[in-house]
Amino acid sequence: MTNAEKLTLAKHACHIRMGVIEGTHSAKCGHPGGSLDIAELLSYLYFVEMNVDPKDPKMADRDRLVLSKGHAAPALYAALAERGYFPVEDLKTLRKIGSYLQGHPNMNETPGVDMSTGSLGQGISAACGMALGAKHAGKPINVYTIVGDGEVEEGECWEAFMFAAHYGLSNLCVVLDRNHLQIDGTTETVMNSAPLEEKLKAFNFNVVTIDGHDYDQIEAAMQAFHAETAKPTCIIMDTIKGKGVSYMTNSVDWHGKGPNDDEYKIAIEELNAAYAALEQEEN
Amino acid sequence: MADVKKIATRESYGNTLKELAAEGHEDLVVLDADLAAATKTGMFRKAYPDRHFNCGIAEGNMMGVAAGLSTMGYVPFVSSFAMFAAGRAFEQVRNSIGYPHLNVKIGATHGGISVGEDGASHQCCEDFALMRSIPGMTVICPADDVEARAAVRAAYEMEGPVYLRFGRLAVPVFHDAENYHFEIGKGEQITEGSDIAIIATGLMVNEARMAAEQLAAEGIHARVINIHTIKPLDEEIVLKAAKECGKIITAEEHNVIGGLGEAVCAVLSEKLPTPVRRVGVQDVFGCSGPAWDLLKFYGLDAATICKTAHEMLGK
Repeated sequence: MTNAEKLTLAKHACHIRMGVIEGTHSAKCGHPGGSLDIAELLSYLYFVEMNVDPKDPKMADRDRLVLSKGHAAPALYAALAERGYFPVEDLKTLRKIGSYLQGHPNMNETPGVDMSTGSLGQGISAACGMALGAKHAGKPINVYTIVGDGEVEEGECWEAFMFAAHYGLSNLCVVLDRNHLQIDGTTETVMNSAPLEEKLKAFNFNVVTIDGHDYDQIEAAMQAFHAETAKPTCIIMDTIKGKGVSYMTNSVDWHGKGPNDDEYKIAIEELNAAYAALEQEEN
Repeated sequence: MADVKKIATRESYGNTLKELAAEGHEDLVVLDADLAAATKTGMFRKAYPDRHFNCGIAEGNMMGVAAGLSTMGYVPFVSSFAMFAAGRAFEQVRNSIGYPHLNVKIGATHGGISVGEDGASHQCCEDFALMRSIPGMTVICPADDVEARAAVRAAYEMEGPVYLRFGRLAVPVFHDAENYHFEIGKGEQITEGSDIAIIATGLMVNEARMAAEQLAAEGIHARVINIHTIKPLDEEIVLKAAKECGKIITAEEHNVIGGLGEAVCAVLSEKLPTPVRRVGVQDVFGCSGPAWDLLKFYGLDAATICKTAHEMLGK
């Protein structure tokens, strides 16, 4: 990936973060922390990786994305808006009565959402079904699913991991967002799921660990996914929860609340500054 | 009734899945959770191994996999015991199938007390209540082999989530396969009568038929109505029965809380208040024992229906 390409993606990621802040500020609630940390991943998925068409959201042989950590919906919506599925302005309707942007993703209301999720552990199972269906039909469809590191405390995730490996779903890419934080504290103190690499390897996954904010590493991980022909892939993605907004960074307090007006102002100023810096670097 | 043919509706389920596949329905796939021998999807697996996916003993994941498959254009029939399909995997059914209203068919076998010797842990008498409470879920409990076969076909043909409850026990086949017309959401009036109405579902329909015969011998003319579709309930046939009979007995192999009886009471209390007595499992857990003996023990039989009719009619 060239530097220019990386800068373009970084600008998309910056817009996604702004969308997360716009949505959660307008809603006065939502989950900004775990949304902000997947901005680089989503920008890569929607602008490089996935075969999708915002003009034809239900395109038959498109790649699928299941946001199993459905509470990161603000980031998914912002990415879809950035990709052109619907107007960016609509992000401000997040969580409001009558909006098609529900608190957690609803596949029947939001263009580009491939599966309704929100109850942790369930999206990964649906992604397995999609990957199995694609494989069974002999179609070159890839299925991506983003799972939280708190989410893997749900037993259903491990049922799904067993299933994916058993059926050799090499078209399934599980991205495990490891930000080490969940509602009640760090994953280490609430329920330690470490060591994840060893567990996923033992579950017969192709496992890659990366820095989830580094485009070169994201690209390399996706290449490793494409190269794998027998096993499902799990990209364990180390991230910083709340990344991009100073006071949300690595803060457990920003799992599930929206910024107030003052906090909103600070966040947008920081993100504007970050965007300006990217533009300057471009020129 | 000695020479009446008896077939378990789970057998009808497995047979019909195989038939549908043989008829060229390429989109039909079957999922099971290590119970293919018992749910009778083993018959389908033998004929179409590439379209039968064993999910292992993991019902929650299986429901999600079915949801994902349905978004890819498949029509999955997800099979397990009622206890695990409706009970253990309730939230997966609710959130991954019901909420997005996906085209998944849940084939739940071993419903009710008639599971028999396995005992209370496996005797699901709560599935109607659980599945009825999910918006948009169609809930069907066929009474015999003919109806079960028709129900599987109708479920395949309709768009949207369906919960089908089948039994473990071989039960009498009383419908005439040649002439029986099945329609989801439409009850079937089996006998004429206006002294009292017996509204039944599943294996209790045949008990209701036998009760009506006994009552007829005493000069009491009972109208027997088969409600194979618990949801959406055929309100018309229920209201007509209430209007013309004035007294109603409901009969189901389910807890009297949350099942057919309550569904009937809900309609009547709002639209045409009518005395109702509910024959069913009286809010207790079951126990081990031979199925037919258990049905008697818990009052799920023609004798209890007759006794209830006598009480209601003061005879």
